[in-house]
Amino acid sequence: MWQRWRERFIEKTIAASGMFSIIVVILIFLFLLKEGLALFRTVPMTDFLGGDRWYPISEPPRFGVLPLILGSCVVTLGAIVLAVPVSIASALFISEIAAGWAKDALKTGIELLAAIPSVVLGFLGMAVLAPWIKYLFQLPTGLTALTGSIILALMAMPTIVSITEDALAAVPRGYREAALALGATRWQMMSRVLLPAARPGILAAVMLGIGRVIGETMAVMMVTGNAAVIPRSVLQPVRTMTATIAAEMGEAVRGSDHYFALFAIGIVLFAISFLLNAAADLFLHQERH
Amino acid sequence: MVSEAPAAVTMAAQQWSVWYGTVQALKSVTLDIRSREILGVIGPANSGKTSFLRSLNRMNDMNPAFRYEGKIALDRQDIYRELDGQTVRRRVGIVFALPLPLPMSIRENILYGPRLRGERNRARLEELVERSLKAASLWEEVRDRLDSSAMKLSGGQQQRLCIARTLAMEPDVVLFDEPCSGLDPISTAKVEETMVQLKAHYTLVLVTNNTKQAARVSDRVAFFLMGELIELGSTEVMFTAPRDRRTNDYITGRFG
Amino acid sequence: MARPAWQRALGVQRVAFVLLFLSTLLIVIPAVAIIGTITVRGMGAVSWEFLTTMPTKGMRAGGIFPAIVGTLELVSLTVVFALPIGIATAIYLTEYATDNWLTRLVRLAIVNLSGVPSVVYGLFGLGLFVMFLGFGTSLLAGALTLAIMILPVIITASEEALRSVPKSFREISLSLGASHWQTVRHAVLPFAIPGIMTGTILGIGRAAGETAPILFTVAAFYLPRLPDSIFDQAMALPYHLYVISTQIPNIPASQRYGTAFVLLVLVLSLNLAAVILRARFRRRRQW
Repeated sequence: MWQRWRERFIEKTIAASGMFSIIVVILIFLFLLKEGLALFRTVPMTDFLGGDRWYPISEPPRFGVLPLILGSCVVTLGAIVLAVPVSIASALFISEIAAGWAKDALKTGIELLAAIPSVVLGFLGMAVLAPWIKYLFQLPTGLTALTGSIILALMAMPTIVSITEDALAAVPRGYREAALALGATRWQMMSRVLLPAARPGILAAVMLGIGRVIGETMAVMMVTGNAAVIPRSVLQPVRTMTATIAAEMGEAVRGSDHYFALFAIGIVLFAISFLLNAAADLFLHQERH
Repeated sequence: MVSEAPAAVTMAAQQWSVWYGTVQALKSVTLDIRSREILGVIGPANSGKTSFLRSLNRMNDMNPAFRYEGKIALDRQDIYRELDGQTVRRRVGIVFALPLPLPMSIRENILYGPRLRGERNRARLEELVERSLKAASLWEEVRDRLDSSAMKLSGGQQQRLCIARTLAMEPDVVLFDEPCSGLDPISTAKVEETMVQLKAHYTLVLVTNNTKQAARVSDRVAFFLMGELIELGSTEVMFTAPRDRRTNDYITGRFG
Repeated sequence: MARPAWQRALGVQRVAFVLLFLSTLLIVIPAVAIIGTITVRGMGAVSWEFLTTMPTKGMRAGGIFPAIVGTLELVSLTVVFALPIGIATAIYLTEYATDNWLTRLVRLAIVNLSGVPSVVYGLFGLGLFVMFLGFGTSLLAGALTLAIMILPVIITASEEALRSVPKSFREISLSLGASHWQTVRHAVLPFAIPGIMTGTILGIGRAAGETAPILFTVAAFYLPRLPDSIFDQAMALPYHLYVISTQIPNIPASQRYGTAFVLLVLVLSLNLAAVILRARFRRRRQW
């Protein structure tokens, strides 16, 4: 009898733990809303979303988030343009061409890249990459959107490669054999049969790569120069949403408009990541059916 | 298991029907299982014989699509309405088709059931190991290596270990689900021999694809076809003068 | 197929394969170069003294002892919070949950947690643990924040480990008269432990390297002593590297490379441990 009760208690606890994740997501959302929406008591939402000036500590302060959103977009777009072709190509190479020892070595190399902490990448970006960029393009500073894009591309690549690899592996063997039996070369089989068949998975990989990049904070903050202006070129400093939160939260007075504005940026980020993940999940499920 | 063996019990199914989702696996089966007999259950694939066996100790409960009608009694108690699944499974043990020891030592495999039932007495547990292994005719082969992994035993030994593991729960009824389908002829002979010995103390139900095996060990045989019980009778009658033509066809190998 | 066309197709294939190979190198070479650079330039800076003494002269000299201790304490505390809930959630999903809307909601939540940007976790930790619950900037607030961040990693790995335990084990256990919970506890969980540990170590590696979630929840800019309790602030390796790279001019490069090296070694060895554990487990597995 005692045993029955004990088990029932354990099972109830387990079920409650299962609900924990839902509660946390709701809590994150609520806390971002609670602190972020407080901004709009004094600042109209149009000034926040449409404003092109981010001067949080001038008098009067301006909380236009547009330059930050555009900053994030430019850096992310650059990173994705750099990362996607390379990642899909190497996923193809690793899953279809490389074999045995070489395959393991390449996979390990990519896993290593994924394991490097972002602050270490940011540090090397500052110490090594930025001076190169500065010299190469004869710029006043090497801390630019491009520098950020390159570092972020390195961070996105392992994600995209591994999910694309999974998608390729999930293509039934019969597809490959049928294509080869019809006299296609292996490359024709890969480009005309394999890639189209794996498309939903690859799209999911790209979505998750974008999610990884747009939410990345430390490396970006360290290498993009942090100028909150609307970017006109990839060779100028920009400032992303994540970097703004990380850089300014330390100084923002708790309970001030500045503090609330940083949480409002958090809402924007949370919404973007939510949409990206939902989209990726949709693609992955579509693939399964 | 000698002197203190429990008086073996009977089971009975009354108009027992089973569905998995919309598919009906058993159609109103009525059948009794007598004390200290071996009831052989034969029939072709999808005849419902395994569904029937798994109904007898509520192993279907885990399948969310499982639905039933009718009644199965264990010593007059309705096992689906008056008893809970765990109690039923403690009293009605099962030996599966494939020899599947858990990846633990031989001793731990045997003691898995008794320990979870709450038995803590060392001496009694030791005695149980020996008694169960002896009853399953495995004791002489493994007595020196009770702590080595059960995965190292041969297929036939593993299956007898599974029998010993079931006996260690001290059940009233033991179900066998094609227990020799993965075994070579010599191991099969050993397992069959074990079953016949067990009859002295237990009520046994044997589902088998092998009609000759049913003929060798059963006291009575039930023939299932497409979810229905076609015929039930003593082994001798079933194999020499079955009443139903389909039984005859199956036994003489015309289908199945 | 006509011979010239086939020849041309083969030529195209050769070019394509070379390009695929070069693309792969484009990922692997930077990885090796990054680790190589940090190792070569950082190893020289690391000494027993560097690892075991307090920073001095406004962090321009001395060691990184408090940052190492801070990170170790932080990740230990993180695991204490994340592991029980992570395993329980995985058990719920694999052993108890039926396919209904609630289960789908739990899965959706986990997918989304894994995608939330780390700095947003930082904001959340600040809002809930530091301010609302009044823990202040402290090890406790940081560890709770990191625990929530690595929860999806632990849940996903544990779920996979539990699912890889054969269904037959569960059937056998139930057939031997075990209850549902006894089956999970004795016939499933023991065989999933190696997989769960692998996932946990990967989660620890992630927590040890993250900076953004601890920026506003735990990190002390400069605290040349060890934390007194879990309610105290602490230094941490990744934050320390950030600080000395960006906030403090005229630091000898060796201080930065040394710190980066120690952080990298910590994180990579955790990953390596996970890989080895997984390989050994696969080799030893008996089913």
